Amino acid sequence: MSARMASRPIGWPRRVVHVGLILVALIFLVLFLLLPLATVFVEAFREGIAPYVAAIRQPEALSAIRLTLIVAVIAVPLNVVFGIAAAWAMTRFEFRGKALLGALIDLPFSVSPVISGLVYVLLFGAQGWFGPWLEAHDIKIIFAVPGLVLATIFITLPFVARELIPLMQSQGSEEEEAARVLGASGWQMFFRVTLPNIRWALLYGVLLCNARAMGEFGAVSVVSGHIRGLTTTIPLEVEMRYNEYDYVGAFAVASLLALLALVTLAVKTLLEWRYGDEIAAHAPGGH
Amino acid sequence: MKKFFPVLLTAVGMVLAVSVAAKDVTLLNVSYDPTRELYRQINNAFVAQWKTQHSDSVTMQMSHGGSGKQARSVVDGLPADVVTLALAYDIDAIADRGLLAKDWQKRLPHNAAPYTSTIVFLVRKGNPKGIKDWADLVRPGVQVVTPNPKSSGGARWNFLAAWGYALKQPGGSEATAKAYVTDLYKHVPVLDTGARGATNTFAQRGIGDVLIAWENEALLVQRGLTKDGFEIVVPSVTIVAEPPVAVVDANVDKHGTRAVAQAYVEFLYSPQGQEIAAKNYYRPSSPEVAARFASQFPATHTFTINDVFGDWRQAQAKFFNEGAVFDQIGTGH
Amino acid sequence: MRRRILPGFGISLGYALAYLGLIVLLPLAALAWKASGIGFEGLLRLLSAPRTLAALRLSLGGALLAALINAVIGLLVGWVLVRYRFPGRRLFDALVDLPFALPTAVAGIALTNLYAPNGWLGAWLEKIGIKVAYTPLGVFVAMVFVGFPFVVRTLQPVLTALERDVEEAAESLGARRWQTFFRVILPMLAPTLLTGFALALARAVGEYGSVIFIAGNIPMHSEIAPLLIVQKLEQFDYAGAAALGVAMLLLSFLLLVSVALLQRWSNRWAERTS
Repeated sequence: MSARMASRPIGWPRRVVHVGLILVALIFLVLFLLLPLATVFVEAFREGIAPYVAAIRQPEALSAIRLTLIVAVIAVPLNVVFGIAAAWAMTRFEFRGKALLGALIDLPFSVSPVISGLVYVLLFGAQGWFGPWLEAHDIKIIFAVPGLVLATIFITLPFVARELIPLMQSQGSEEEEAARVLGASGWQMFFRVTLPNIRWALLYGVLLCNARAMGEFGAVSVVSGHIRGLTTTIPLEVEMRYNEYDYVGAFAVASLLALLALVTLAVKTLLEWRYGDEIAAHAPGGH
Repeated sequence: MKKFFPVLLTAVGMVLAVSVAAKDVTLLNVSYDPTRELYRQINNAFVAQWKTQHSDSVTMQMSHGGSGKQARSVVDGLPADVVTLALAYDIDAIADRGLLAKDWQKRLPHNAAPYTSTIVFLVRKGNPKGIKDWADLVRPGVQVVTPNPKSSGGARWNFLAAWGYALKQPGGSEATAKAYVTDLYKHVPVLDTGARGATNTFAQRGIGDVLIAWENEALLVQRGLTKDGFEIVVPSVTIVAEPPVAVVDANVDKHGTRAVAQAYVEFLYSPQGQEIAAKNYYRPSSPEVAARFASQFPATHTFTINDVFGDWRQAQAKFFNEGAVFDQIGTGH
Repeated sequence: MRRRILPGFGISLGYALAYLGLIVLLPLAALAWKASGIGFEGLLRLLSAPRTLAALRLSLGGALLAALINAVIGLLVGWVLVRYRFPGRRLFDALVDLPFALPTAVAGIALTNLYAPNGWLGAWLEKIGIKVAYTPLGVFVAMVFVGFPFVVRTLQPVLTALERDVEEAAESLGARRWQTFFRVILPMLAPTLLTGFALALARAVGEYGSVIFIAGNIPMHSEIAPLLIVQKLEQFDYAGAAALGVAMLLLSFLLLVSVALLQRWSNRWAERTS
């Protein structure tokens, strides 16, 4: 079956087991992951290419794409900085409450999206803690871009940190300590030792964080206000079109996000394929 | 870190550019889900009309979503100049927060509802289950699709229509009405969160024998949506669904848009606005326009919410609040 | 010693804490404050209402079951992707991340499309008498979908690192294949598997967007807890919604703390065995 397996003789019963396991896994992947993905494209192109293109070129779709990009461009870098800082503190130092900090970082994964939008309304909405002050100073957070960015940051906060922490844990800090002993400044050490060591994990984290940031629906829906062409992101545009019985339009816009997901996955796979050995060398040895 | 600041600044700049681009008068109409096509046409007509009569121009912005969610957004600070929602209760909630006068419904004709609709049944082609009236919905083997009144404003009209029907039957009482709706909701296999979701479930997914729907939605589905073919059944008695409109006082005063906003809601009552409503399958309130579209809207026996339930606040408290009738009847299996 | 050599403890921890405080803790404090509006009695009444209990049971039970299935299938898929070579392996490996990347609403619509009685899979399943869409089974399917990547992605690095020698040694000592698996491999994977399980569970408990389209949303039957929150909001009952949100949050947080403890335990266990 493969070079790795060929090193030992394989009896036919075991080969049957292998093939059986592979088949079961593939059937699951096809049924649960590939088919939903295929549905999106089938529905998007149901009436041909022209309606698809027309649906995507509507001004509302274009403004949704632009807004989605703006939100991601702000949210992702902020979470990258946070992820690196959190991972550095968590893996290079001992302090009280570390486990609690770890759980806090993961917390946004498990907060229902309905709630993660609502909390910002409770803070910044007209009835919220800071609402009156914001209104007096004419600052808009909810139902404007800052609210969308905040909700997106909340949802995607754990991705980079989660990717970095196990890796940096397993790498240990010897190289960095050596750099310091040899006289490197803090930033020199960071840019010449730490960053090169974690760049692949960092990249994965950024890709996943970005994909989720662009695809978030529930939380963003609460803080958006749904002003068409102004505060609707791609997932909201999808929902609106679906609710307007514009199925081709809904799936066409959705296919953009599915494409984004595919591109993300392709980039990731390409990197693994191109730099596979290098990545393996930096991979966490279990945690 | 330094690299991020230019990116941030650019992004923030773009955001600001988006929000200050409009220099003329901008009006935000916060509406519920199914009105997109209606208000697209209304807005075009209104903007054109305004331009001929005034020196400044108007830009219309629309927000669509579930009626209750939209009301909540306005309460939480969505700067709506005009709200056009599915039921008066949602605008009452905005009024309770002091954003508009409590007597808002008296400030415009016809309870502030420029157009109305009724609750009808949509059945599959040929009406295979022989659905004629509300009583047929609770026959064994009939499946009814209607959204959850707790999460959908439109669905509350459906519920009240069913209740009113049962009440108006010979020997009808609160008890028989409650028994009827209890039975009815046992025939519901899927309680979607919104009216559009329910229509999708019925029309696209092929679930159920009957969709309880607003007449305008039923006509839209029947005439435009699918080639499968559906039929509309008008029950013996049904409710007048009154989706109201209002100018949000606090917001128009802040934006300085009261005159335009007032002109906008009045435009809905004008012959032109009424005709657009009728073309989008809403029953116009103007008798002249209604007469011209008479063939589209079959005559039915109707009652209004005020006839049977007092007003929306009372209906909401009695039927849909926590622990009220809808929670008591238990649904499904 | 370490603390003196490596710089940035204060700034990195301070920044992380400030960021977490502003983005996560402050908003959640607002939530808790709002929830306190219904009082302790109100909370008890809310949490003991049959409908709340039924919804929590579906959300928690469905998520538990989905996480369990994900643990089993995730282990299988992770194993196959790491250990075997076959055509299209990279493509399938890439597919695993799809539920992270696909927006939840799109996933929900696509799954409903597939599993509705007139969908590609639904029509076929209907013939053998299985209804998926608009039943608790549909909720379960959507939960499996959103939680799937967590198990595979936490397992993969460990599977890669797992020494083949251990298995081979066990086999050379006469252990049967299945004995090797259950007595040697599974115990070594167990801590990581549990981590993935808990993450998948936590994710599925609160899921709304993808579940709402495929669930029938019938009270006491196929209504999930986040939908109850939405319904409370629809009645402008912010305090009730916040209270339910806090209750769900506490449940999730308990799960995550157990994950952290599990990780600690697994690390110690790994140290002891190595």
